[in-house]
Amino acid sequence: MALILNEEQKMLKDSAADFLKERSPIESLRRLRDTKDKQGYDTQVWQEMIEMGWTGLNIAEQYGGLGFGYVGLGQILEEIGRTLACSPLISSVVLGGALVNLIGTEAQKSILLSEIANGNMIVTAALDETNQHNPLVVNTMASKTEHGFVINGQKKFVLDGHIANQIIVSARTDSGIQLFVIPSDSEGLSVNQRILMDHRNASDISFENVSVPSSALLGKQEDAAEMIPKALDVARICLSAEMLGSMQEAFERTIAYLKERQQFGVPIGIFQGLQHRAAHMYCEIELCKGLVMKALQAIDMDSPDLAKLASTAKAKCGEVLQLVTNEAIQMFGGIGMTDDEEIGFFLKRARVAQQTFGDYNYHYDRYARLSGF
Amino acid sequence: MQSATVKVDLDMFREETRAWLEENCPPSQRTTPPRGLEDCYAGGRKPYFHSEEQKIWFERMRDKGWTAPTWPKAYGGGGLTPQQAKVLKEEMKNLNCRVPLWSFGLMMLGPAILHYGTEEQKQKYIREIVNGEVWWCQGYSEPGSGSDLASLQTSAEDKGDHFLVNGQKVWTSYADRSDMIFCLVRTDKDAPKHKGISFLLIDMELEGVSVRPIKLISGKSPFCETFFENVKVPKENLVGTLNEGWSIAKNLLTHERTSIGIVTEEQPLHEYAIEKLGLVDGKLNDPYNRMQIAKWSMDRDALSSSIAKTIDEAKSGTQPGAKSSFFKYYSSELNKRRYELAMSVGGTDALEWGEDYMDGKLARDMCRTKANSIEGGTSEIQLNIISKRILGLPSK
Repeated sequence: MALILNEEQKMLKDSAADFLKERSPIESLRRLRDTKDKQGYDTQVWQEMIEMGWTGLNIAEQYGGLGFGYVGLGQILEEIGRTLACSPLISSVVLGGALVNLIGTEAQKSILLSEIANGNMIVTAALDETNQHNPLVVNTMASKTEHGFVINGQKKFVLDGHIANQIIVSARTDSGIQLFVIPSDSEGLSVNQRILMDHRNASDISFENVSVPSSALLGKQEDAAEMIPKALDVARICLSAEMLGSMQEAFERTIAYLKERQQFGVPIGIFQGLQHRAAHMYCEIELCKGLVMKALQAIDMDSPDLAKLASTAKAKCGEVLQLVTNEAIQMFGGIGMTDDEEIGFFLKRARVAQQTFGDYNYHYDRYARLSGF
Repeated sequence: MQSATVKVDLDMFREETRAWLEENCPPSQRTTPPRGLEDCYAGGRKPYFHSEEQKIWFERMRDKGWTAPTWPKAYGGGGLTPQQAKVLKEEMKNLNCRVPLWSFGLMMLGPAILHYGTEEQKQKYIREIVNGEVWWCQGYSEPGSGSDLASLQTSAEDKGDHFLVNGQKVWTSYADRSDMIFCLVRTDKDAPKHKGISFLLIDMELEGVSVRPIKLISGKSPFCETFFENVKVPKENLVGTLNEGWSIAKNLLTHERTSIGIVTEEQPLHEYAIEKLGLVDGKLNDPYNRMQIAKWSMDRDALSSSIAKTIDEAKSGTQPGAKSSFFKYYSSELNKRRYELAMSVGGTDALEWGEDYMDGKLARDMCRTKANSIEGGTSEIQLNIISKRILGLPSK
């Protein structure tokens, strides 16, 4: 498949860019932060995203979505990365949606996917238990009872856990690691909301003798350990698309500043010491563009290279977003350190995105394993 | 979108091509990827074939014009459409066929003559290049003009019926084996430096031309110094307009940079690492090199996606422009990193100053890679081009 967008995808990207600039610029994020907004995103904007169909792009038509595909969704996420718009798109639509779609039974897909697509339900995943991403370290236990299971354990870094209606939790059973869909108001389930440096939310969730019926088990597979990484790969690629948007925006703002800021009577962009670093960043960003496009296509084509591409995209975008946001602050100089200047928001978002679904070190290791070394 | 008939025609062309290659490409010309002149035929007035089968293979391809598949038939080329040429390339790759002729004429001079040459020049030089009759070398750099190429001093004085050439070129690859050289020469000393340069073709057999090979830190090299002392060059050997050679040179350098862009590996780096370090529980027995190799491999994969994306964009009409500088810069740095990693993996084994791949040859090759970010415009020059032409940053 050619690594270019078709007309429909281009139009979607352009309209998303216009909408986000108008309705969710960085001032909105600043306002959410300053008002200590409990929810962490703008309900009205989220509602408009739902109405535009953004929550159903990756979900098949038979389950109430639009079946538009991940290359299309990736364009929206890239634009979201430019304005740092907060929403449960990655946590619920992408990761929640992918887990249900890959593992759920027909009946579960019919209910959950359509509820995710129409925005009635926020479904997030509780997979990690350690401070470093490692979804296959599972000490949470699900013990079989007469009518279902009892779940005990602790989960960390559950994206948007504080506002989720349903939580998909991984737990160890007699037959391996399995997933359970649990209403967030279940007895024995407690959510500890943590506000992160990018002013978004991830929760620690503890399960203390949480009883669930047998129907809470997601899918029929005896062991979901194979499919969890695949759903995560979808989320990694989508988050990479968002990071690609953020790095481009941070870079373009930096280049504009280099042309405008005067020192020694000239624009500082005239200095080769800055020019070469800017040109190097340009190259690194170009690499990310090709990679993210290829990885998004790999989801749509169900490519056998999905895992390797997901790790490559997430590692590379993590590296480059870190580089670009660090250099941005340095090149903006003192003004870049002030809260009034928006460039700092990109640095803070970069650090959270880096740790989400595995940082570059995690993915170097995974790429090596997948390549047989 | 391709129309159905075009697709059917292409499928037929593919079948015919495959059958023809299977019948005509001798077995010895279907082994291991060739490494430039060590394995390939380079043509010239004093042809040298490594084997009889190499000669047969070259002659059969030449007769079809497939040494230059897309060049016009009128000048001896293959006359293939870009789609057909792509099919030919794919089928040659499937059968492991070597390129029948490897020359600077094909890679660099030919495209320039086709673009800027007169009808007479095309008839003469393009035909000679396709037929492998002349070995060309390139005369750009001078001892005092490296990155600042436009400051070159080799002069060509108008003497009525000829140019009188005096000066010195450096890094002229294979000049000691070449028949002709395409040169940048100064034809107007008073004009601003970019405006007084012309593009001139010079016969290496003319009186006053002499050549001295240069030995590199890798122990050997194809590079030479070439000297011109009162060399009389016919006027008709000027390509393009007088004093406008700089635009031809820029055009040619873009070709050169694009062809440098791709990192080729005889053996994937991680396989060499497995060989040298071994695996423990499926992991390389050296956690530091393992991480570095993973990171390097990701960059290699990312570069190849990025090149593929640019090619797809070019097909849909977006010009790559100064992007060739990005590919040149990144692939040079990537290749240097690759060899440093291989040296680290090889440890003391890699220090041997020998001939064979990979132990022994590795040390030489590593030394050679240091030139990647110097030749064809240094990495710093590429970054300057990106800063100015792509990012629009101001210049002094």
